[in-house]
Order: sequence, then C-alpha cells, then structure tokens
Amino acid sequence: MAITRRRTRAGAPAPTNEDLLNYYKDMLLIRRFEEKAGQLYGMGLIAGFCHLYIGQEAVVVGMQAAISPEDSVITSYRDHGHMLACGMDPRGVMAELTGRTGGYSKGKGGSMHMFSREKRFFGGHGIVGAQVPLGTGLAFAHKYREDGGVCLCYLGDGAINQGQVYESINMASLWKLPVVYVIENNKYAMGTSIERASAGTELYRRGAAYDVPGKQVDGMDVLAVRAAGEAAVAHARNGEGPFILEMKTYRYRGHSMSDPAKYRTKEEVAKMREQHDPIDKMGKKLVEDGVANEERLKEVDREVKAVVGEAAEFAQTSPEPDPTELWTDVLIEA
Amino acid sequence: MPEVTLVGAVNLALARAMEDDPSVLVLGEDVGVDGGVFRATDGLLGRFGPERVFDTPLAEASIAGMAVGLAAQGFRPVAEIQFSGFIYPAIDQMVNHAARLRNRTRSRLSCPMVLRAPNGGGIRAAEHHSESVEAFFVNIPGLRVVVPSSPAKAYGLLLAAIRDPDPVVFLEPPRLYRALKEEVADDGRALSLDTSFVIREGTDVTLVTWGASVVEAMAAADDLAADGVEAEVIDVACLKPLDMGPILASVERTGRCVIVHEAPLTGAPGAEIAARIAERGLMSLVAPVQRVTGYDTVMPLLRLEKAFIPSTRRVIDAALRTLEYA
Repeated sequence: MAITRRRTRAGAPAPTNEDLLNYYKDMLLIRRFEEKAGQLYGMGLIAGFCHLYIGQEAVVVGMQAAISPEDSVITSYRDHGHMLACGMDPRGVMAELTGRTGGYSKGKGGSMHMFSREKRFFGGHGIVGAQVPLGTGLAFAHKYREDGGVCLCYLGDGAINQGQVYESINMASLWKLPVVYVIENNKYAMGTSIERASAGTELYRRGAAYDVPGKQVDGMDVLAVRAAGEAAVAHARNGEGPFILEMKTYRYRGHSMSDPAKYRTKEEVAKMREQHDPIDKMGKKLVEDGVANEERLKEVDREVKAVVGEAAEFAQTSPEPDPTELWTDVLIEA
Repeated sequence: MPEVTLVGAVNLALARAMEDDPSVLVLGEDVGVDGGVFRATDGLLGRFGPERVFDTPLAEASIAGMAVGLAAQGFRPVAEIQFSGFIYPAIDQMVNHAARLRNRTRSRLSCPMVLRAPNGGGIRAAEHHSESVEAFFVNIPGLRVVVPSSPAKAYGLLLAAIRDPDPVVFLEPPRLYRALKEEVADDGRALSLDTSFVIREGTDVTLVTWGASVVEAMAAADDLAADGVEAEVIDVACLKPLDMGPILASVERTGRCVIVHEAPLTGAPGAEIAARIAERGLMSLVAPVQRVTGYDTVMPLLRLEKAFIPSTRRVIDAALRTLEYA
C-alpha cells in the first residue's frame, strides 16, 4: 500500500470525509512503519543511524495534501515519513533500512539516502542544512522549465542555523523561486534545545531580512498544516517567490536510535503524546464527526499493520548486496 | 594507573589540558550538556563551566572559523566536529585561515587550535558518518594531522596537539573508541608530534599504518610470526609533518614494505609514504611496496563495510606477496 491518492490543488474545497480518513490512515502508516523500524533496529537488522519520525506525522501528510504531482520534495535525514507520504513503496523503504537489494538505493544508501524520480522525491540527505541549496536548485529548475512545479524543501530547527540556508533564502527571494521552506521545529537539534541554539526562536521570521514571508503553524494538526501549506504553495506557484512555514512539532523518540534523550524530561514527552498527538486528534475528530466509528479506526490500524508487516518481511528476505556492488555506481560504467 | 578506553583517554587529556591552562576552551555541537555524541567531552561542562565548554549551533564552518578567531586572540580552542563527513564546510576555514595565519602574519600571530573529529568506519553507518578524511588535510601546508591508535597515544598526542602553537587536525578512530582499554597515567605528559612510532620490531617486512588499521596490522604481524615471518609495525600517528626516519630505517633492514590505511587508495597518505620510500629508500627494497587500503568507492553501508575496511587477511596476503621476492 503505497500512498497514491490524488493531491489537492491550491484553492481546492475543504477536505472531504474520505480525505480526512485518508490523512488518518497515512499518518498511522508512518507511525506503524517507524515503530517497526525501531523494532528491527533493536533486533540488529538495521544498524548505523536511524532517525524516527514518530510524533511529526501531521507535517508531511498535511503538506503532501497541499501539493500536486509535478511538485518536488527534498528533506534531510529524518526522512522515512516523507518518502511514505510521497507514495514510495513501504517495502522498498524498509528494505533500504536493512541494507538489502530490494531497497530504493539497492541497499547502498541506507536510512538517510533514498530517492524516487517517479515520485519526485529528491532525498534523503545526511548533512544538516545541506539539502536547502539543493531544494533551491530544484525550484530554480521548476521556474526555468516553467513547469508550474513548486519545491517543498524541508529542514529542521537545527539546520536553520547553518549559513548556507541563508545563502539559499537570499537567492530564492532574489530570483522569485517557487520553493516552500518547511521548517520542522521539533524543539531539539539533536540534544540541544532551540532556546540554547537559536537567537530568536520564531523561526518563521528567519526570512524577514530577505523579504520572504513566513507563518507559524501547529504542526501537530494535519488540517492546520494542509491549510497553511495550500496558501504557501499557492504563493510560490503564483510567482511570488519563496515562503517559510514553521511547523511547531515534536519527536517522541531520541534524535537517532542511539540517543537516550536525557536532555528533556519524560513528563515533557508524555505531555506531548497525551495532549497533542496528531493521530489521536484526527481519530477523535473522525469519531466525533461521525466519519468513522472506533471499529472502523481499528480496521484501518489492522490494514496498516498488515502493510508494515509485509514491508518488514520483505526487508528481511530481500538479498543482501554482493560485495561486487562496492565498485558499482561510483562513476558511469562504460 | 587507571585503565581507560580511547574515548576515555581523549576525555582525560581534555580535562588535564583545561586544568593546566585556563586558555583551553572546548566547543562544538552537543559537547556540553550531552557530553558529545561519543561522550568524549562528558563531564567537562560540569567541571569547567559554560564559559569554557560550550554547545554551538549546527554550523561547522563557523565552529572552525570562530576557533581561528579565538586562537588569534591567544586562546587554545579545541573544537569538535561530530562526524568526519560533517567536516567539509570547516575545511574552508582550516585551509584559508587556520593553516595560513602564521604565514600571512610572518609569525606575528599563530593559530593554536585543535579540530577534533571521529575518522573512519566500523560503526556500521555509511558515508559521512564513517569516512576517512585525512587525505584532504595532509595536502595543506600549515596544518598538523594526527591520528591516534590507542588510549595512551590519544592522551599523549591530544595533549601535545593542544599545547602546540599551530593548528592540529586530530582524527580519532571511532572503531577504537571503546574497543580496548589500556593503562594511562594522567600525568600530563605529552607525546611528540614529530615522530613515527615503532610499535613492534621485526626483520622480515615493514608494516606502516595509522589509526584503526593499527589493529589489523598488529593482528597480521601476530599471524605472520606464527609462520616464522617477523613483521615490524610502525604507527605513523602524525601524518603531517611526516617522520620518515623510522620507516626508512626499517625498510633498509627488511627490504619489504606494506602500507595499510582505511582511506581510499588514490592520493591518500600511503601514496606519499610510498613515493618517499621510492625517493630515499629504493635501493633497500627487494619487493615492490604494497598498499592495502579502503577502495576508491563511497564508504558503504553496513553489509559491505567489512569488505571495504582493510582486513587482517588482506594485510597478511600483501606481506606474503612481498616475501615472494628473494
């Protein structure tokens, strides 16, 4: 079950009941996928670094609902959710995590380095902030080709203090490039809280000096994200230049699987989970609005778990790359 | 004497240097509250305070550049880059400023800073978490490049690096951070940054290496000895400036040389060492110099990591190849 639904155009009508149920399902798919990835990591089937997206699901699902198939997406290393939201096959993503040949990068890229030309997903990048100039280049290409596309360029609250981010924002504004910079502010750059790393914590204002408008959004609310995303994407698509969206969100897990996250309290995490969980919030709304009952939501969970289970199975049975793969894909082979 | 790991020895040396010299400062991403991703700076914040141990934003170019500014004012900053592959934005500052401050000012200013970073694989993460970057730095005049291979070397060389009046790039092998323990006296004694170290004596073949590959070279020497081949092992440790003395002296006796390093083959320090042997020790050689290195490919993901990192077997095979020449 890759996510393959049509995306809503800017200015489209309010989400239908079917849309709402789909957002719930998409967020749940990411949640269950990440929980499974965490398990496989614990079993030693995934190694190295693995950054889980749990807690932030509303951001990518809401933004994906605001773009069109011609648009491009790029992000950094906490990227599994973005790939699933873009419609990439969970089996190929999970198999890449386990380093198998059935993975999107044939088991050579790992958690942080996956791409899909078909889905216009341009990675998956491990260097904090370095995807921002790349996303700006993707936007330049949209403008040059006049293909009507917009680039969604995701970055975190840690990346926002890298110098090249501002070099990019300046160029994007100077040349009116169709790019939306989506800052996923989950409050912690690895172990350093936003207050300890950033002078001025209202990150949506970081484009002010370059005449780039910005907006702060409740990133734990998929409908708020979608609404803000539609406006920002319309701005970029209409030739008005870049837009900055600051998504206030939260990751429940550590920075990576090897991070015990001692820099914040258990109470803080529990409070976010209990009071602001984007999936719980949407589930509650679905029930209250009479779109789905509890039984239907459980059925969705079973469907999603089946998809994730199949992905995990594939990720453990797909062959490991042959050592000769060490020498492939370095330069073009004659 | 306490037994410490390599990362423990780094921590010990940092604390000793800060204790002895108030101008020593520690900065970098998550080095304070978190104590560093590998815990190399654990406890320093509590002991020396936030004025001397500070967490920076994620901004490698400015971490290195600020260290240059601090050093120019007489401080001795020790900046940490979290992983080797994150070091590239800092290279601009290291090349264009750190390495040239002395030369440009005709020694009126110097740049006594240390840039520490993990270097190399073995932690099962691909690419920029695991690659070896020493080759980029050894080509830069005005930098010292140091790679410790044991807790005692980490302690003594890091102290020397911090006390040195010039910029030092200090590359620590994460594969060895917790792999072995060694007795290290916290006596404040530095090692020399101008010498290669003979760490095993032998008469038949010279194994030249540094960093994590010292482990495989020593294991290969053990295996070879069981077959009656006595390998001499030299830990270069300081790649720039490069002390060829012990290497040339050894090759003169053995006539055979195998260079082992994890960085990709082309243009790495192994090539420089082989060239200098050719220039100054060619007539001693009875066999071609062999190189056992990482390959000219991207540092792979976990499944292929072992195939990339020079193995003991590959070192032994290379040594045996040199012995085929009479």
